[in-house]
Amino acid sequence: MSMAALRRFLLVAYTGLVFAFIFAPIVSTIVFSFNADRFPSLPWGGFSLQWYEAIFADATIQRGLVNSLVVAGVTCVIATFLGFSAAYVDYRYRFLGKSVYLALAALPPTVPVVILGVALLTFEGRVGLSGTLQGIIVGHVVLATPFAMALVRMRLADLDPDIERAAWNLGASPFATMFGVIVPFCAPAILAALFLTAAVSFDEFMIAWFVSGVNETLPVRVLAMLQGQVSPRINAIGAIVFGVSITLIVLAQVLLGRMSGRAARKKG
Amino acid sequence: MSEPLPTPDTGPAPLAATSRRAAGARFAVFWGAPPALWQAAFFLVPLGFLVAMTFWSVKNFRLTPDATLANWMFILNAGFFRSAYVYTFWLAALTAVIASLAAFPAAYTLAYKVSPATRRFMIFMLVVPFFTSYPVRIYSTQIFFSPQGIINTVLVPLGLGPLQVLNTPTGTVVGYLVLTLPLVVLLQTFALANVPRILIEAAHNLGCGRFRTIWSVIIPSARIGLIVAGTFAFVLAFGDYVAPTYLGGSRPPTLSILIADQVKSGNNWPRASVVAVMMIVTLMVVMLVMIGLAYGRRKERA
Repeated sequence: MSMAALRRFLLVAYTGLVFAFIFAPIVSTIVFSFNADRFPSLPWGGFSLQWYEAIFADATIQRGLVNSLVVAGVTCVIATFLGFSAAYVDYRYRFLGKSVYLALAALPPTVPVVILGVALLTFEGRVGLSGTLQGIIVGHVVLATPFAMALVRMRLADLDPDIERAAWNLGASPFATMFGVIVPFCAPAILAALFLTAAVSFDEFMIAWFVSGVNETLPVRVLAMLQGQVSPRINAIGAIVFGVSITLIVLAQVLLGRMSGRAARKKG
Repeated sequence: MSEPLPTPDTGPAPLAATSRRAAGARFAVFWGAPPALWQAAFFLVPLGFLVAMTFWSVKNFRLTPDATLANWMFILNAGFFRSAYVYTFWLAALTAVIASLAAFPAAYTLAYKVSPATRRFMIFMLVVPFFTSYPVRIYSTQIFFSPQGIINTVLVPLGLGPLQVLNTPTGTVVGYLVLTLPLVVLLQTFALANVPRILIEAAHNLGCGRFRTIWSVIIPSARIGLIVAGTFAFVLAFGDYVAPTYLGGSRPPTLSILIADQVKSGNNWPRASVVAVMMIVTLMVVMLVMIGLAYGRRKERA
């Protein structure tokens, strides 16, 4: 083997190790969720669906799943609308304090969720939102909106601002232009944003943990189960959550991929 | 708030133009106001509330609006807070350094040594962990390192174990790496892929060796992205609650554990708020310093 080939082999092997470290916990979650043994260890104890049966028979987990789906469903609609609006404002307008406006919209993910959780808990306790699903949704929207904004803003970067002006000059009202030109153009990004923000909400556990009270979401239930003993049921939940999230992310990715593919073809 | 809408030259009477402008303003407010109002009401106000609460007091187990500095005095003078602060800061900094060093060869490989299609796929793969339940990943890691877990099943027969990682600071750092490594590899890959190829080729043509090219061409050109990646690792680790709790065994506690304990069991929200505000201030200072590092020295060199 030549030196260059050896070097390349070592680099690729090292990269494989890094990816193994990143993905081992995910893969083992799925693998051991089907393991018959109680303690997840080698050798493999045989295929079994008992942990899935156990979680589907567990009322607290069912309630958690339903709560999570409701929260994610509402969060993704509100966050995508707000993210779209903020991205459009950034694309269309220039005004005093715009950088403050954008920072306000984009900053929440840089604040540790443990702090957002405490802040929302203390605040929501005062306005009667704590312990409700609405209280969780409110926090998840804050956290998820920047992701939607980023996706839509990327898409709008490919839209010539003159197209909108042309529509206005031809007599279309701003709202008609919005729904006849801008929204259809952004449709793939909007759909991707819906999936992505749903995934953000579906996996969020810290804000939900502080705010939820008795209305636990699924990740909060998992956190509570972690405090107990080793249980392969956590693997089963993890595998299901992983399935839901990865479906959402792949859908978002496919939409974005198609979007950039089309843009590239247009340019080419 | 908006730039004036372009009004057609052949416009009708001035009155219509005025109403059109009013419609334009209404339109701008319709789209502009909701995000600002939402983030103000549910992000800015709660954070402001958190700051205000640091001056409140707890009387007979009831939260009372107040203007006392007692919470600040108590927390800042408390030995448990000071040691938790130092401990959290160093563990997060250590994580940022380890993650940055460990990620670099992988990012280098992804940026320069694989086909664009492979790179795109690997980048997609690196996004995946963010959307898989982090507590579940930590649970899996816990199982890996447990005395009967996979790692010790392999190591002990080889005479290398048992490895004691759980309930130690090492366990916490391993968990922090589970959290941060995908992001650091991702950001470093973007940073390296954006280094102009022509610079690297020029270095090669001028006889610059491989490591010297990395050290004096690639790293300086990718500096901003590399620093941003490390900073994100620090920010994520500094605020994480799950890794120090379930892999580090809560002992010694990190700042996030202090907050959770004060809120969940101690029920002392004002003191928890002081810790939270100290964390925010720390993160802001760290981010400002890192931005200064990333953008600052460029002028001197030019």
